[in-house]
Amino acid sequence: MTINPSRYHQLLPEVVQMLDAPDFFTRTKSIATRFSYAEAVLELAERNSRIVVLDADVSKSINTNKFADKYPDREFNFGIAEQNMMAAAAGMATTGLIPFASTYAVFASLRALDQVRNSIHYPHLNVKIAASHSGITPGPDGVTHQAQEDLSIMRSLATSTVIATADAPSTKLATYAAADWDGPVYLSFTRDPVPVLFDINYPFQIGKMVLLRDGNDATIIANRDIVAHALVAAEKLAQEGFDIRVIDCHTLKPLDVETILQAARETGAIVTAENNIIFGGLGSAVAETLVENYPIPMQRIGVQDTFAESGPYLQVIDKYGLTSPHIVRAVKRVIERKKSGR
Amino acid sequence: MLNDPRELCARANSIRRRNLIMLNHAGLGHTGGDLSATDILATLYFSILNIDPQVPDKADRDRFILSKGHCSGVLYTTLAEAGFIPLAELDTFMQPLSRLNGHPNRNKVPGVETNTGALGHGLPVAIGTALAAKFDDATWRTFVLTGDGELQEGSNWEAAMAAAHYKLDDLVLIIDRNRLQQGDATERTMHLEPLADKWRAFGWSVREVDGHDHAVLLGTFRSVPFELGKPSCVIAHTYKGQGVSFIRDRAEWHHRVPSKDELTIALEELGDNGHDPAL
Repeated sequence: MTINPSRYHQLLPEVVQMLDAPDFFTRTKSIATRFSYAEAVLELAERNSRIVVLDADVSKSINTNKFADKYPDREFNFGIAEQNMMAAAAGMATTGLIPFASTYAVFASLRALDQVRNSIHYPHLNVKIAASHSGITPGPDGVTHQAQEDLSIMRSLATSTVIATADAPSTKLATYAAADWDGPVYLSFTRDPVPVLFDINYPFQIGKMVLLRDGNDATIIANRDIVAHALVAAEKLAQEGFDIRVIDCHTLKPLDVETILQAARETGAIVTAENNIIFGGLGSAVAETLVENYPIPMQRIGVQDTFAESGPYLQVIDKYGLTSPHIVRAVKRVIERKKSGR
Repeated sequence: MLNDPRELCARANSIRRRNLIMLNHAGLGHTGGDLSATDILATLYFSILNIDPQVPDKADRDRFILSKGHCSGVLYTTLAEAGFIPLAELDTFMQPLSRLNGHPNRNKVPGVETNTGALGHGLPVAIGTALAAKFDDATWRTFVLTGDGELQEGSNWEAAMAAAHYKLDDLVLIIDRNRLQQGDATERTMHLEPLADKWRAFGWSVREVDGHDHAVLLGTFRSVPFELGKPSCVIAHTYKGQGVSFIRDRAEWHHRVPSKDELTIALEELGDNGHDPAL
């Protein structure tokens, strides 16, 4: 069976054509989204003189060193001191600056969480937290650098806005949108390269999911780097005769409840897929919505109750059940449950 | 702006009286730490800070950050005394749904710069405001008051490094060195000394002063920055509970508030200096 491009939306044509390729992830053009953030914030700086970048020693890794090169007076390196960086970002925001505080997700969401909660979110200050190495995207670095719970933690903070974009162009769009958003925004990026799925015309809007594939047998709702795996899974399932809807949930919070309920009503079965621990992230958010509004069979793909091993990114996330074969199995299971009414 | 230390002394006395009445009324609060910081706040608010209670958020105001947020009582009474909030509102301190919470909130109370309460946040936030002032070539300054026990939080020392690194000479740290923390003496809980040497080693210009002498405080705050290109650190030697004999220098008054009888004795001790006949 050949790919039916008319079922897909927003994807680059060449990406659609490759969805059934066994070497999809090595053949597609891939970019680490941390670099897209760095490009975007550099562009933003030209348009808005209030934008400043805060670093905690890892600017060479995130590429914000390019910002520092171009705007030496607008980049502040705090050294290896994330708590101080986050609190100082809060202080800067009280004066009307728009700080983008950049570090790794483990440090943004864990080491500096007290500052992120009490000094940024509680007073609702206009700080943008730019977190690279989110999820198990730093494969070889091991557990200390794998932020497998950052999205859950950030989602649990009152008034937070939490974004996990799938690819390079949507990451740039999210960064632009964060600059215009009133209040704190947590942006999460991948360490490793992930396929470029969209172009810069992607209809990114904070809090609004994007339909990527039509389908009525079940829906896969995915975020960040697992969106690509969800698309590959949907195409595999299409080859077997299943028609699966795929949605990019780039904004974990505020959650697009309407689109979830529409998918629930129209497809009757939902699988969530995320590179984040199973507790409190996308799967939890969707489950909470369904159970209170429209209970239907649902399965969750995510990191189970374990820390991961270290190894190459794709190999590690496969071991922990986040890749397309696992998603395919979960979708078949949920369709089975839908049919049998369990 | 008051220039006469005797007038500042009267203001401080008025703040102490209002504070004790407020704490007794609420049945909650931090008496010891409020009273140790009162003379510092009175001096800042009535003689030093460029602020306007009519325009509490004016862009070029000096920033005062109370890092020891549990001593919101002395901040509220000072803000009321200075005209930022109505004096009558002090009766609502820590009452249900009052905006005068146990720890201050900048979005609720005019004149409050940061939401503090988690210790070790004020100085790092002040690094941000001081950097922003420098970035904007502004002339306003940042004053931040920490407790001494609070300095056991590591985040302060991250900020200490950054302040010197960025040569934040419009930043003034005042340490309320009352030598007591919640349960015991600081030096028995976790050694802070030699405190002045530590700040000097971190690149600050340090002065140690009597934190209850208004003339000394006035002269000290008027001479910042102590050295160009360096942040200023004032170690203000104080007594928890200063002003009331049975509260002064006693750890158990960290979180205790005066009963009605204790309040009567305390107000007698403080004396009515005639500053506010309403009291």
